[in-house]
Order: sequence, then structure tokens, then C-alpha cells
Amino acid sequence: MAALVVAEHDNVALKPATLNAVAAAKEIAGQDIDILVAGKDCRLVAEAAAKIAGARKVLLADDAAYDHGLAENVAPLLIQLATNYSHLLAPATTSGKNLMPRVAALLDVMQISDISVVVSPDTFVRPIYAGNALQTVQSKDPIKIITVRGTAFPPVEATGGAAAIEPVVPTDATGLSEFLRAELSKSERPELTSARVIISGGRGMQSGDNFHLLEKVADRLGAAVGASRAAVDAGFVPNDYQVGQTGKIVAPELYIAVGISGAIQHLAGMKDSKVIVAINKDEEAPIFQIADYGLVGDLFKILPELAEELERRQ
Amino acid sequence: MKALVAVKRVIDYNVKIRVKADKTGVETANVKMSMNPFDEIAVEEALRLREAGIVSEVIAVSLGIAQCQETIRTALAMGADRGVLVRTDAELQPLAVAKLLKAVIEQENPEIVIIGKQAIDDDCNQTGQMLSALLGWPQATFASKIKIGDGHAEVTREVDGGLETVSIKLPAVVTTDLRLNEPRYASLPNIMKAKKKPIVTTTPEALGVDVTPRLVVLKVEEPPKRQGGGKVGSVAELVDKLKTEARVI
Repeated sequence: MAALVVAEHDNVALKPATLNAVAAAKEIAGQDIDILVAGKDCRLVAEAAAKIAGARKVLLADDAAYDHGLAENVAPLLIQLATNYSHLLAPATTSGKNLMPRVAALLDVMQISDISVVVSPDTFVRPIYAGNALQTVQSKDPIKIITVRGTAFPPVEATGGAAAIEPVVPTDATGLSEFLRAELSKSERPELTSARVIISGGRGMQSGDNFHLLEKVADRLGAAVGASRAAVDAGFVPNDYQVGQTGKIVAPELYIAVGISGAIQHLAGMKDSKVIVAINKDEEAPIFQIADYGLVGDLFKILPELAEELERRQ
Repeated sequence: MKALVAVKRVIDYNVKIRVKADKTGVETANVKMSMNPFDEIAVEEALRLREAGIVSEVIAVSLGIAQCQETIRTALAMGADRGVLVRTDAELQPLAVAKLLKAVIEQENPEIVIIGKQAIDDDCNQTGQMLSALLGWPQATFASKIKIGDGHAEVTREVDGGLETVSIKLPAVVTTDLRLNEPRYASLPNIMKAKKKPIVTTTPEALGVDVTPRLVVLKVEEPPKRQGGGKVGSVAELVDKLKTEARVI
């Protein structure tokens, strides 16, 4: 049994979600874990991957075809490598979700999406119905294609390993698709999916401008800023802020929900947080039912007061 | 060009689901069923492409038990031209759905296939990617904008870091994200009209597809309940509790 983990990266830096996927792979395949770095001019990423604790070797596929991780081009590479492995894993990020089902179909196997527990090498638990039920499934397929819910597997150490880097022969570009451009949000704040503290705003924020009130609190706590679907749909903030069933799944030490009523699909994205704080003027809001600390009141008064109190007591 | 949309019958998104006592699944008897919300967005997008004169016909496909016909009727009431029902009582997993859709697509020859990025019941997020792989077509998942050009489409995708735009050759599969559009409601006259629109029924056997599930569901359980409901009376008390009781700041 051996597992191959597809590294998440931007050709420069290894994304932390990779470390959670390696953690899941360890529970399946123990020491026999290789990491695939597919990209263009991505040697730095391979070097970072080689340091991951527990990596056996790093496969480096450095070719223009793999720039931007186009699934049409990366899938054939994984098919070529698949013969050496019993399990192929990727983080359940937008890139993992985009790529892995394509690989599974080409291998004529079902993917096991978004696993949260490894029961045995062929049996896994995964959330369904926005996390309102947990399904235990056993795969009958000869090779298991898996995406990993990062919040369910504490990351392995990013350093301490010294795996060899092996180049792999690239597959041809398919020419089916082409990357044109990206508009990525730039932020000095931690990434939502790996932040220790998150403060999120909902429809109650009333406008995107008012998000600066959240940012002031976030500054005091070193927190990431998120949003509910309602706030994104209303155009207050971009889509990459969205926490929920179909947005980002997060489980920080502290999650502060501000002006968020607590729709099922939002709860699905954050209810595994260690401590939840809810600030809402409606004391009947469902978010209070899952909050450890609820504060009923006007967020426009509470947020400045909170920023001030945190500063005073720092 | 023809557009094909796939529509799944799921428990309505407003229903609070109940896990069956024998842990075999989720209770669906006497529960309100609706079209998967992401598939509604797919139907709407196909209709807008037809209204823009780019698409000539919109075909709605659903797969499963006889009642999936109601989901197709909903798509027809929104404005789709005709329906195809792949009828089976078997449990269908995404790989089987992708194979069945491929077989329908080979008969219908659409140039664009639009489907929801995931179904809100199994939350798999696989079918579109699998379908395009089996067809050897390009894929553009999690679309928030679709622009059809000559022989290709420019699709803006919602990705973890923000937005990404790709160009894909047609024919292609596109899966929808939330911000692509806001689906219309079917008007009463259109609901009446939809009753007369044709729906063709076929089966996995007729399409020559083996739909045997590859994943065996061993059990379905409720997640552990979270103990919430605690309240604080002031900002000072909140900060106190976070520092001394929860010790997270």
C-alpha cells in the first residue's frame, strides 16, 4: 500500500492544506507516502514538500502544461503515476475538487469526496447534507481517489523531513483548455482555512464598507476575515470570503460570527470551530443555538467597543 | 447549438433532514423534494443563452425514480424545451450518473452541458468533472460567468483565492457556482405549458450502462451535537470569558 498526495501550491509556495492531506494519507499508508508537485518553475515548492515530516519522496513534474493546474492536463499525469499507488489524495480545495473526479473517472473508479475520518484503508467517514449527517462508506474500487477535509486532520509538521526529489516525465498538454487570468484577493491576513481566529460578517453588516469594523477587531486578534453567503451574494465582499457548505470549511480555535443569522449552509462551514462567538441583534437567531458565547446587541456599537477592549487588555 | 442541463431531485434545501433510526440513510418519505439549487442555476444559465440567441434548444435530463419527472417538469416550467428521464430505482453514484449522461449526450449531441457543481444531498462535487473526463471534453467548474465565443467559451471560476478565468474549447462541460445568476420562478402559465412539453423516458439498460455502486454505504449517523446557547451580557464579559474560561485569546 502506498499513497500519493497532490500538493497544493502556486508554483512558489506550498499551501498548508497539503499538510492536512498528508496527515490523512499517513493514517492510510503509514510511511509510504509520496508527494506530487505538478506545476511550472515550481522547484521551490518541491523543496518545501521534501521537508514535510513523513514524506518518502517528492515527484516533481515541472512543465508548462501544468501551470495553473489545469485539470485537463494534470489528470493524465496522475493516470500515468497511478499504477504505483493504492491511494491518490488531494486536499478538498477548489483545485483538488476540480482535478480528482476527472482522475477518478479516467480510472473508472468512484471518488470518495471530502473525507473526515479514515476508518480503514478502504472505509471512510464523510459529511453529507451540509454536515447534518455523517456517512461511512467502503470503497470496492482497486484504487482509492480521495479528497480530504483539511479541518478534520491536524496538519503534519512542515519541517523535519528530508525526502528525495525525483523528476517525472511530463505528459503532453491536451490543448483543451487555457488559463487566461486570475483576480486573486490580496491580503496580509492569514488564510481562512488555516487561521487560528476568524471573524466573519453577514447580511447584518449592511455594506462592504462596514467590514472595516470587523478588520479592526481582526487586527487585534491576528484573525482572518470571512463572510456568510448572504454577504457575498449582496456584493459586500468577494467570493473567496465565503464560509459554508459550498464555500470554505473552517475550524479555527475561535470563530466570531457577526450579523450572521446562522443558515444551515453557513453552519456547515464553521460548526466544528473550537469556540464560537455570535454577535447579533436578533436573540432568536439560530446562530446562538450553537454559540458558546452569544452577545445580543447592535454590532455597530459592539464591534468598536470590542476592538477597544481587546486593545486595552492586550 | 444545443444545451443540455442535468437536474437532480433532492430534499428541499429548507428541510431539516432526519437520519433514519436504523442508520441506513436519511428519511425521504413525506419530505418536500425540489430541484438541486445548483442545477436551477444551470437551467437558468442555459435559458439565458437561448434568450441571447446563442443556444437553440435546452434539454433537461434527470436520472432516478419515476418522480424525477417532476424535477424535469420544473425545468420545463422555467423554460427548457424538452426532457429526458433515465428511469431506475437503483442507487446512482456520480460515476454512474456521468456514464448515463455521457450515453444521453452521445444521442443528443449538445455543444454545451451545464450542471450544478454539487448536489446538496451527497455533497460529492464530482459529476461534471467525471462527465467531461469520460467525454474527453474540457471542463470549467464553479462558474460565476460564462461567455460563449466562436468554438470556445470563456468561463470565470470561483476559486479559493478569488476568481480565475479560463478559455475552453467547445463542446465542454460547465458546472455552476452560486453567483452565476439568480434563477427565475416558473409562472403559472408556464407551469401549464410545461405539462405539454415532451419527456422521453429511457433506462440504464437501454443505454447500456452498468450502474452498480462502487461505494457501499455502511451507515449514516447524526453528527455529535454541539452544546451552545451560552450568553454574555457585555463586551467586557465576552473578552473575560475568552481569556480566562475558553483561553483562546
